[in-house]
Amino acid sequence: MRAKLSVVALSVAAAFTLSACGQKEAPKQAATPAAPVTPAAKPELVVKLGHVAPMTGPQAHLGKDNENGAVLAIEELNAKGMEIGGAKVKFELLAEDDAADPKQGAIVAQKLVDAKVNGVIGHLNSGTTIPASKLYADAGIPQISGSATNPKYTQQGFATAFRVMANDVQQGKSLGEFAVKQGLKTVAIVDDRTAYGQGLADEFKKSAEAAGIKVVASEYTTDKATDFKAILTKIKSTKAELVFFGGMDAQGGPMAKQMKELGIKAKFLGGDGVCTPEFMKLGGPATEGQFCSLPGMPLEKLAKGPEFREKFTKKFGAEIQLYAPYVYDAVMVMADSMKRADSVEAAKFLPMVGKTKFDGVTAMIEFDQVGDLKGGAISIYQYKGGKLEYVETLGGANPVDSVKADVKEAVADVKDAAKAVAGAATAVGAVAVGEAKEAAKAAAEAGKDAVKAGAEAVKSAAEATKAAAEKK
Amino acid sequence: MDIFLQQIINGLVQGSIYALVALGYTMVYGIMGLINFAHGEVVMIGTLVTITVASSLIKAGMPVALAGLAGLSASVLVCMALGWGLERIAYRPLRNAPRLTPLITAIGMSIVLQNLAMMIWGRNYMTFPSLLPKVDFEFAGANFTMIQVIIVLVSAATMGGLLLLVYRTKLGMAMRATAQNPAVASLMGVNINRVIAAAFIIGSALGALAGVMVGGYYEIAHYQMGFMLGLKAFTAAVLGGIGNLAGAMLGGILLGIIEALGAGYIGDLTGGFLGSHYQDIFAFVVLIVVLMFKPSGLFGEKTGDRA
Amino acid sequence: MKNSQFFRSTAGITLMAAALIVLPFVAALGGQAWVRILDFAILYVFLALGLNIVVGLAGLLDLGYIAFYAVGAYTWALLASPHFGLHLPIWVILPIGGLLACLAGVVLGSPTLKLRGDYLAIVTLGFGEIVRIFLNNLNAPINVTNGPQGITLIDPVTFGDFKFSGTTQIFGIALSGPQKYYYLLVALAILVVIINLRLQNSRIGRAWQAIREDEIAAKAIGINTRNLKLLAFAMGASFGGVAGGIFSAMQGFVSPESFSLIESIMILAMVVLGGMGHIPGVILGAVLLSILPEALRYGVGPIQMALFGKMLVDPESLRMLVFGLALVLVMRFKPAGLWPAPERKRESGEIQQVTAK
Repeated sequence: MRAKLSVVALSVAAAFTLSACGQKEAPKQAATPAAPVTPAAKPELVVKLGHVAPMTGPQAHLGKDNENGAVLAIEELNAKGMEIGGAKVKFELLAEDDAADPKQGAIVAQKLVDAKVNGVIGHLNSGTTIPASKLYADAGIPQISGSATNPKYTQQGFATAFRVMANDVQQGKSLGEFAVKQGLKTVAIVDDRTAYGQGLADEFKKSAEAAGIKVVASEYTTDKATDFKAILTKIKSTKAELVFFGGMDAQGGPMAKQMKELGIKAKFLGGDGVCTPEFMKLGGPATEGQFCSLPGMPLEKLAKGPEFREKFTKKFGAEIQLYAPYVYDAVMVMADSMKRADSVEAAKFLPMVGKTKFDGVTAMIEFDQVGDLKGGAISIYQYKGGKLEYVETLGGANPVDSVKADVKEAVADVKDAAKAVAGAATAVGAVAVGEAKEAAKAAAEAGKDAVKAGAEAVKSAAEATKAAAEKK
Repeated sequence: MDIFLQQIINGLVQGSIYALVALGYTMVYGIMGLINFAHGEVVMIGTLVTITVASSLIKAGMPVALAGLAGLSASVLVCMALGWGLERIAYRPLRNAPRLTPLITAIGMSIVLQNLAMMIWGRNYMTFPSLLPKVDFEFAGANFTMIQVIIVLVSAATMGGLLLLVYRTKLGMAMRATAQNPAVASLMGVNINRVIAAAFIIGSALGALAGVMVGGYYEIAHYQMGFMLGLKAFTAAVLGGIGNLAGAMLGGILLGIIEALGAGYIGDLTGGFLGSHYQDIFAFVVLIVVLMFKPSGLFGEKTGDRA
Repeated sequence: MKNSQFFRSTAGITLMAAALIVLPFVAALGGQAWVRILDFAILYVFLALGLNIVVGLAGLLDLGYIAFYAVGAYTWALLASPHFGLHLPIWVILPIGGLLACLAGVVLGSPTLKLRGDYLAIVTLGFGEIVRIFLNNLNAPINVTNGPQGITLIDPVTFGDFKFSGTTQIFGIALSGPQKYYYLLVALAILVVIINLRLQNSRIGRAWQAIREDEIAAKAIGINTRNLKLLAFAMGASFGGVAGGIFSAMQGFVSPESFSLIESIMILAMVVLGGMGHIPGVILGAVLLSILPEALRYGVGPIQMALFGKMLVDPESLRMLVFGLALVLVMRFKPAGLWPAPERKRESGEIQQVTAK
């Protein structure tokens, strides 16, 4: 018995020495980034970025996906070799697990604050992002989340909180608009009673009801459930034309399957949580013809999308699950802001994060005053033949915004042109600017078709000036 | 009315799954008075092993039915070994320890098994290969499938088999003797270590069977799937009177039907104030009410106070 | 002789007090995260001691203890946040939180008085889930708890102008937010320890222990088992409620996912692992189990690097694996807990002798 006891004692002691070692090492590591603030002395500047997502628990697969996105971005940045303040920058990723638990989220956040990270990417869940954001805000560390979509995250009034993804309000609204466009009269809504699912379902409900769609059933499940037959049977009796689901793929897939088994003919529509390869895998043939939405434009439609997908699958030997491109962009935005500020110090580059205009994989990233993605476009997809097929892009603000971006570009180009060409050219340029601005305003107010027409006009004008300025 | 029938079918199938898992709990509890908290994890491992074996055999070109059988037997074998190992490592040394001690080791084992499964099978959700041809039935407006019929039949057959085992075989007699009084049983020449190990092995084999049924029905598996399932099944076992085989079966089916009807009608019953988000409450409230009037569950015998 | 004993205990207490005072500064050397981990450890000490009254003293297996913690946390969140626009002071909220939790304890206790052992366990578990489900869903038709979205921007603890969040200078020493909470929590924890000690040796405490050992015998000698069981639930619950309030203020955010079943199980594990019914044991259990997973967070990665020169296994998955193994091993070799009460030690020793034959 005594021998056994000593084994326990030893192992406990060992565990403690382990932790003690970890403790000692932590401050040493933390000391490194603080030192090279004066870059002249050291040729290499280490920039630490924290990344937080659940690596254990039911959402661990998404957590790993996020982390992969960040790892890819960091490796590319290092391979490219960025220079800030005259020193070569080396990015390091401190990846942490919050298990999607708010308490652990706060502890991990504190750990990152202690490690004096220059910026934080994450967290994945809104539930952990919100309490953690307070700690980052107090420490003045910029935080960009690629997946926390709860509107509250940025509404707390923290200057450090940003996200590169449309929030639940924007997405729920667009999904509602889509349902209206399909000419539907009745919908049933299911949500998984998580912050994400409930938020999305509520926004969808609002926008659908505002457009005169009747919500014939509001049912609920949990994010751990596998059996939905009871609520689906009830939905069947209401003869809804569409079932909207606010929740994740692990529930959405089986739900679509069970709808089919119960002989429900209604279409299935969900948000980004079910716009994953996993959804199709889990739902099988029942996912055919179902709809889902993703913030931003489809990767295939984006200039850098297919390239990103290729890089990602080649490196990790896995399909992109969901948020990896957004997390990748979040890292890039952080690095880009540092470059523009010519400093890696949070206090100096934080203002530049707000002024970001970065052409990322997922979108042209710009933030509004609270730190939300400006005019986040929402794209609708349909599962067809085992693939996600792009249907259309919604979200009102987006087409107008892209036009605005074009107009701005035109304005900038015109200005350059104006500088180069003197006299009469200046006058012409100025007029063009004025016209372009007005066109944009009018376009924003008029319907989308008008916008397109206006935009084309502006574009052609811009192209003319571009040609003149011999710019890109 | 067709809705009502459909809800009963939904509940019956879900309940049969609970019952199948609950039988494993009750098997162990009946003999040792111990809640094997890790039983849900055994079910999970059963499902995942079947997926790995069956999928790779199908890929290798084996006929689906054969691959399914191979998967089932592999998972039964793995789970039996696991059950035996659990008993040896986590429970046998603690047989005379304070009553809550094995509860904590069970929780510890459940954490260990979950994380081991995560390391082996990864964090992603997995799909269970379709082993059965998809046959849909329709009866009086209610839909059901082949696998649902099989689940109900298998769990009823399992309970029947267990009853035969316990009341008609020598091992069963030894089990009942051990349950009544281990010390006396051992004096009568019963090798209680072997009997208890047998109970664990049989319980775990049932867990594997349950795992295959759950996997085959929902066609989805994940390293955390065992926890909720175990919890519900445990509730079912208590509802029926834990330690009683027929009670576990009926408790499971009752729980399944209560949940289905609860989700289906709670809104209408409360004038829309409560919705299907209170589905789980329904099950627990029924449990509490039943226990208030029958403190040992519906079919449980009055147990001694072991706390 | 009496004198020297007195002297020794005063010296011991002084030493412990000094250690407790210095601890947050030592921890801060490893970073504020460690102070925060300490805060949570003490919060868990608090909770474990509350549960110890129910499980350890009165012998009632309670798997829904987290419900009371949730009641306290939400009480604070609702009365001191922009959600209802209320910002009541601490001496109003904490007693209300404790009282409401106490009430919840009685509500849970009364229908379960007849139940024993595992039946009680499953009913309390169900009660815990019921509370969580209500918190998660009470955003409609009337928005009380804000549902799964949780409540944000909760006020920190304040006494007059003295705020517990952010860094303040006291006598020239900079105290960070977590450090200030540490002292508050230690003060409260000491209070709880004293209450626990007094209870244990009082008539009530002895009656509880009598019920734990043999309820029928306890009834036979005239103990009012019904009232005493209710009292145990109520006392344990009110500690949980107060702890919840502090948690809410410390985090600034509450949502129902913080109050899941696994938390109840963890607290029970602390009580049992440390040594049921023995206060120093319970404290040890709570500190160990709350610090161990976090220590492993720091330890697992570097150790692998040192041993194998590379990461063989994802440190995050290994962390929980080691934690689970630790639970099993400790219970395997110390079945009565790491630091059991003297009587219990005797009891289990006897049993071991019997089985050894």
